[in-house]
Amino acid sequence: MARFLRSPRFLEIALPIAAVLAAFMIGGVLLWLLGANPFEAYWVLLGGAFGSVSALAATLTKMTPLLLVALGICISYRGGVINIGGEGQIIVGALAATAFALWLRDLPGWLLLTLTLLVGALTGAAWGAIAGVLKARLNVNEILSTVMLNAIALQLMNFLLRGPMLDPEQIAAGTNIAQSEALPRTMWLLRLAPPTLLHAGIILALVLAVLVYLLLWRTTIGYRIRTVGLNPSAARYAGMPVPFYVALSLILGGAFAGLAGAVEVAGVQHRMLEGLSGGYGFSGIVAALFGKLHPLGAIPAAFLFGGLLVGANKMQLTVQVPSALITAINGLVVMFVVASEVYVRRARRRTGREAAAASLQSDAAPVTQASTF
Amino acid sequence: MSNERRKINSLEMIKITKRFPGVLANDQVTFDVKGGEIHALLGENGAGKSTLMRQLYGLYHPDAGEIRIDGQAVTIQSPTDAIARGIGMIHQHFMLVDELTVAENVALGMPSSRGPVLDLDRVEARIQALSQAYGLHVNPKAPVWTLAVGERQRVEIIKALYRGAALLILDEPTAVLTPQEADDLFVTLKQMKEDGHALIFISHKLREVVAISDRISVLRGGRLVDTVPNQGVTRAMLARMMVGRDVLLERAHKALETGVVRLALRGVSALNVTGQAALRNVTLEVHAGEILGVAGVSGNGQRELAEVIAGLRPLAGGSVELDGRNVSAWPPGKRTDAGLAYIPEERMHDGIVQEFSVAQNLVLQDYDHPPISRGLFLNFNAIAARGRELVSAFNIRTPSIDTPTRSLSGGNIQKLILARELSRNPKVLVAAQPTRGVDIGATEYIHQRLLEQRAQGAATLLISEDLDEILALADRIAVIYEGRIMDIVPRKQATAERLGLLMAGVAEKE
Repeated sequence: MARFLRSPRFLEIALPIAAVLAAFMIGGVLLWLLGANPFEAYWVLLGGAFGSVSALAATLTKMTPLLLVALGICISYRGGVINIGGEGQIIVGALAATAFALWLRDLPGWLLLTLTLLVGALTGAAWGAIAGVLKARLNVNEILSTVMLNAIALQLMNFLLRGPMLDPEQIAAGTNIAQSEALPRTMWLLRLAPPTLLHAGIILALVLAVLVYLLLWRTTIGYRIRTVGLNPSAARYAGMPVPFYVALSLILGGAFAGLAGAVEVAGVQHRMLEGLSGGYGFSGIVAALFGKLHPLGAIPAAFLFGGLLVGANKMQLTVQVPSALITAINGLVVMFVVASEVYVRRARRRTGREAAAASLQSDAAPVTQASTF
Repeated sequence: MSNERRKINSLEMIKITKRFPGVLANDQVTFDVKGGEIHALLGENGAGKSTLMRQLYGLYHPDAGEIRIDGQAVTIQSPTDAIARGIGMIHQHFMLVDELTVAENVALGMPSSRGPVLDLDRVEARIQALSQAYGLHVNPKAPVWTLAVGERQRVEIIKALYRGAALLILDEPTAVLTPQEADDLFVTLKQMKEDGHALIFISHKLREVVAISDRISVLRGGRLVDTVPNQGVTRAMLARMMVGRDVLLERAHKALETGVVRLALRGVSALNVTGQAALRNVTLEVHAGEILGVAGVSGNGQRELAEVIAGLRPLAGGSVELDGRNVSAWPPGKRTDAGLAYIPEERMHDGIVQEFSVAQNLVLQDYDHPPISRGLFLNFNAIAARGRELVSAFNIRTPSIDTPTRSLSGGNIQKLILARELSRNPKVLVAAQPTRGVDIGATEYIHQRLLEQRAQGAATLLISEDLDEILALADRIAVIYEGRIMDIVPRKQATAERLGLLMAGVAEKE
């Protein structure tokens, strides 16, 4: 039993859960300091996130962009680069998607929708490519460049939504709220559970999660990305064009964030407006980390964090504490998860050593049956 | 400061047992050394030599057993404690601050005799005295970065003596030295022995152990095999004790008809990572069926030489030809496809992806050729089949082909790389330090495989800092010094002395 409790497999599952609980305990202290009853607040949060059909629908709606961004983060991380530029990539993806859909508004709906999503992804990819090429060619730190590109994307949005893309109706009404014209109804993503906002984007995100898993672990491209990420020297000797795959990792990361922006436009808002990115570019990183940077692990992680975002709003309304608190809890979760990784790694090293020692003791080299890796 | 010599007449380690999770590193090992004696500790990697000595130096603490100094049971808490008891250790990797002078390095961490004011003049005088007494020639005012490796080692020894070491542990001290430097070291060690010091000499080089020590203890698998006086022991006997079976020390090295030139370097120059010239006008030819050894002291351009051929380092001048084709501008992958195989010096860093499984690492070069992958998709059955085939063909000891490669021993990781590279039947093989840090069993195996490749007509460039290895395997020997090829000598005419002079940069001009 004690052995089981120390096994890496058990720790890998148990520690993230423990990390969440620990983060919530500290969050509870914060709530208490704010004068709220932590138990009541968390009960409201839980109910707001998962307690009813409409709550679940809202959670799944928030989960969609989180999962898409997290998938991109997974790819980037496996390629050895860290993409902090999700926010900017979401924004440029959403802007381009909106502009494109308004430009070709007379195309058949399914075609326009497909092309719009594609344009969003490609624009996000292009935004990621800037950081990618700078990293691959000039070894510019991608963390810095992607953060800076966020600021540029934000100002680009401010300019476009107040100028060239400003909704004609807003101009006519003289209200000048910074948002674009509404997209043609024909290309909206299917609403799955009206009257909630839940839309078909969630299905797309789930399918893509599986495809990203296949890409990373079943294809030669994924093998190259992972080799480059783990050991660029060995990758170089193995004949892999390392700079290309470094850039590709950031480009694919950008593509997924850009797609998330386009999906938000086509599925939720049906137009481009300020605040559309909603911090998903950062929360997506949290979800990816919590999901152990594995595309399939990102699914439950995005669900959990989507729920937290929804529940936090409810908590704010009911117990009168700022929903920003949930951002603090998110941060705490990440800190605990990352810290707990140390234990898993130590356990893994220990079992690895034991296995190696055991195989040395038996005289014949035991070759076990194959299984996939 | 107390400069009067402490003396250790006898040090005993009795039934020392040290356990790490899953490994019994020392199993009731009994070992002793007397003042005025050189006691060699012999064993393969992982035999428990370092673990035993680290307990003596206070870095680990024994789970069971006793350490006695002059008959008194002691507990050695820490290295500081060990130094206070007169035990010093010369590590394989020197612990010196490059920017400081010799005297400053020696004084580092010691109280000054003038309180807050430095007493470097007194330190220098004492260093002079020590270096005269033991033949440790070194200038106390020289900054360490200007010193050669052999000199740095002398500084380490002086440092230990300055701290009053009566017992000195030397961990593989000759690994970084030319044969002449090693001989100098031996003179020093013998002088220290005459002076009543107790010396423990850790090594796996049989020749040296036989040359210098009074007694020899052999460890295998954490246990003491035997302690024997150095009279009447032969290298073969020691090797058998180390490995537990007979070992072929000298391989039959049949002269072969050499064929066409497979690998040629013409006037090659290259820079190292810091942008300084690392290779200067290197011209070499390696023929089919030939092993060309490259001998030299570490850091004289060997690494750059291998990387230039593998395509990992750009040329600053000259050209590399593979099988008659100029491949100077080719990327590594294309050279691999043209028949080049490469065993990198830093196997953990350049040769494998530590996190990948054994099977994944075995296809690192072939992953985008059928049957390992078809189109975009990897074929897992083919990868597993290749893994199983190579694991058994090259006798790689691993729990399974899915084991993360990092948990394998150094020798087995080297066999993995060898399996991957040789299974392609390369025309040209560049092997850089193929047996460094590898146990005798695996070394024997690797040598056998290299000779098989030679017999099959491969052209092999063997870069090694182990002269014995080069003398055992190479047909011709090129000596590299400061990025230049000093000379290329046929093996029959090569002696350790002649090569040693060339390795030190002394060209013979008659």
